Amino acid sequence: MQDILSTSLRREPLRRASPSGRSPARHTGPAAPRKRASRLAAAVLTALGGCTAEESSAPSAQPAAIASQPAATGLESAVPAPSPAEPTPPRAVPGPWPELHPGMPGLLSEAELAALRAARERALAEIADLPGFGFGEPASPERIAAWDIEIGPDGEGLPAGRGSVERGQTLYRLQCVQCHGAQGEGADYEALVGRVPGDAFPFSEDRRWLITVGSYWPYATTLFDYIRRAMPQAAPGTLPADDVYALTAYILQLNGLLEPGDSLDARTLPRIVMPARDRFVSDDRRGGPEVR
Amino acid sequence: MVKKRETRVLTTRREMLAGAVGTAAVSAAAVGSAQQTSGRVRPRAPEDPTKMQGRVPSPVGTRSAFETPERLVRVLEPSSSSRTPLQYLQGVVTPADLHFERHHGGVPTIDPERYELLIHGLVERPTVFRLADLKQFPAESRLRFLECSGNGGTAFQNQGRRRDLSPQQMDGLTSTSEWTGVPLKLIFREVGALPEASWFLAEAMDAAVMTRSVPMEKAWDDAILAYAQNGEPLRPEQGYPVRLFLPGWEGNASVKWLRRLKLADRPFMTREETSKYTDPLPGGKARMFSFTMDAKSLITFPTFPERLERRGLWEIRGIAWTGRGRITRVEVSTDGGERWEDAELQEPVLPKCHVRFRKLWKWDGRGATLMSRATDETGYLQPTREELWRARGSYTRYHYNQIRPWRVEPNGQVFFAG
Repeated sequence: MQDILSTSLRREPLRRASPSGRSPARHTGPAAPRKRASRLAAAVLTALGGCTAEESSAPSAQPAAIASQPAATGLESAVPAPSPAEPTPPRAVPGPWPELHPGMPGLLSEAELAALRAARERALAEIADLPGFGFGEPASPERIAAWDIEIGPDGEGLPAGRGSVERGQTLYRLQCVQCHGAQGEGADYEALVGRVPGDAFPFSEDRRWLITVGSYWPYATTLFDYIRRAMPQAAPGTLPADDVYALTAYILQLNGLLEPGDSLDARTLPRIVMPARDRFVSDDRRGGPEVR
Repeated sequence: MVKKRETRVLTTRREMLAGAVGTAAVSAAAVGSAQQTSGRVRPRAPEDPTKMQGRVPSPVGTRSAFETPERLVRVLEPSSSSRTPLQYLQGVVTPADLHFERHHGGVPTIDPERYELLIHGLVERPTVFRLADLKQFPAESRLRFLECSGNGGTAFQNQGRRRDLSPQQMDGLTSTSEWTGVPLKLIFREVGALPEASWFLAEAMDAAVMTRSVPMEKAWDDAILAYAQNGEPLRPEQGYPVRLFLPGWEGNASVKWLRRLKLADRPFMTREETSKYTDPLPGGKARMFSFTMDAKSLITFPTFPERLERRGLWEIRGIAWTGRGRITRVEVSTDGGERWEDAELQEPVLPKCHVRFRKLWKWDGRGATLMSRATDETGYLQPTREELWRARGSYTRYHYNQIRPWRVEPNGQVFFAG
């Protein structure tokens, strides 16, 4: 039970080497995590600087494309009006996106691809006698765009926009503190902030450590995706892209993964390497006598 | 308003009445509706029902006024759960109104006439289906269990701390229903799923816009888009009007209130499959996409808060299931695991479905420790808690299928002994 676990975990405060400090993540341990944090921040800053050429084309082209489309075509009435509950999300920035890291669970090996092909053939053979039915209506690009909101681990789907750590801090104080605590330490709901010294991963043996964005989440893109689709609790799915970037940036900064003054956009967010990224493995249980 | 989350003791009125342990600190609000209904006065019945006419037919039936089974609601907030009263049930089918719940953003209200399912991504023909479209396809019905992957966590981490735990409290996040819907393979053929599609995203229409990545192989195997449960449309708590149903897999992947399927060549790494439903392992790793529920059995009678009123013959009863096919054997021990004997399995033994097991037992009035263990068709034997600890660590999360022991005291009172 996730509920039981997180409730019981909350009773134990996150162990910290130093109780004071502006950014808890900076104080979870001695030199090792700090070095890593600043190295990551440096990597992000490099990415920020390193992709200015891409950015100058993408974001400038993007708002223009969005703005010009209805006016230029004059087809506003032909485009189905989004219902109030479903604002059409800003159009996703086109690729290219960073390569997925090769160790990512879920990337199929040759053998797994062969098994998938065989399963597909088997299924199609099973239903080969059934006719095509032709039910349903073709989905228009506009219809797809209205719901096509998820963000991939490579960043695919990220919208245009940008948000800074400072803007995120302001938004966080207004919208998030009540549930997640003043510094993301958790309150009515789960903690968002905290690192384990040395970015160790002791969760199977030691329940004193909190599962947080900094200690456990493997992909920064997930944070953006979840905030955008489901937060804040009182008005889920209402934050504009700039605000989601800002909140993502602030939570990452609280975790020591960005520096004050940093900001995030579609180019920089997917280039953040989370401390726990390489901790995850695919399921190796296969039945049979062995307990795994 | 956001409610302050409280740690509440999982205790029902009935267990309080059993009065075995005084630690049950339950407020009237803690278990919500359970308190409101179980405080009622005992219904009246005529002295002799043969001497008066009975009730006339009614459009919708109800339970006997003497029967008041209830789900156990843990916390009254949108992302929470309620548990099936396993110790109350016989056979394997769970009444739909007692099927456990686990929501991540509450139960949405969806108008079936406005319902749409969008399928896109790596398909030849991106398509929107209405509910009527889905119902027009050839259907299939399957009796299958559905279990939350966190089920049994209370038992796993108890380590003797509490004895006053019922099957509902520890394991009530599993249920069995007859699910009816359209095979997903048929729908995916219809939209022209491309061979390179290896994963699909399933997305809900709730406030969490719940998402999981699912391997395409499951779609080509036995996944269905379910719109009925035990013969009637899905209950709202179970995903009305349409849910994904993935037989044998952890419940959260069977996304309810389904609004979108997107086919892709890699998983999507949603919040639920990264930060939540993953299993920490020794050696600083965590298992991701651990979908299949391994073999498990549990005794539902006699269990806390039951008390055996007399020595003599009793039937030990329980359920067993596996996500890997069929249960082939359930063994029962009455001496704490020294000796094991086969229990009878109620036919038909269906794959990926609860099966009822029973074992006649003569209680001699002395203390006894009851256990059950299941074997599935792959040869997997339900492990002890210590075996799971060795394999995954003592604080791993999810997939807790360890053996559950029960202690019968000489006075007949039964307690959890794990």
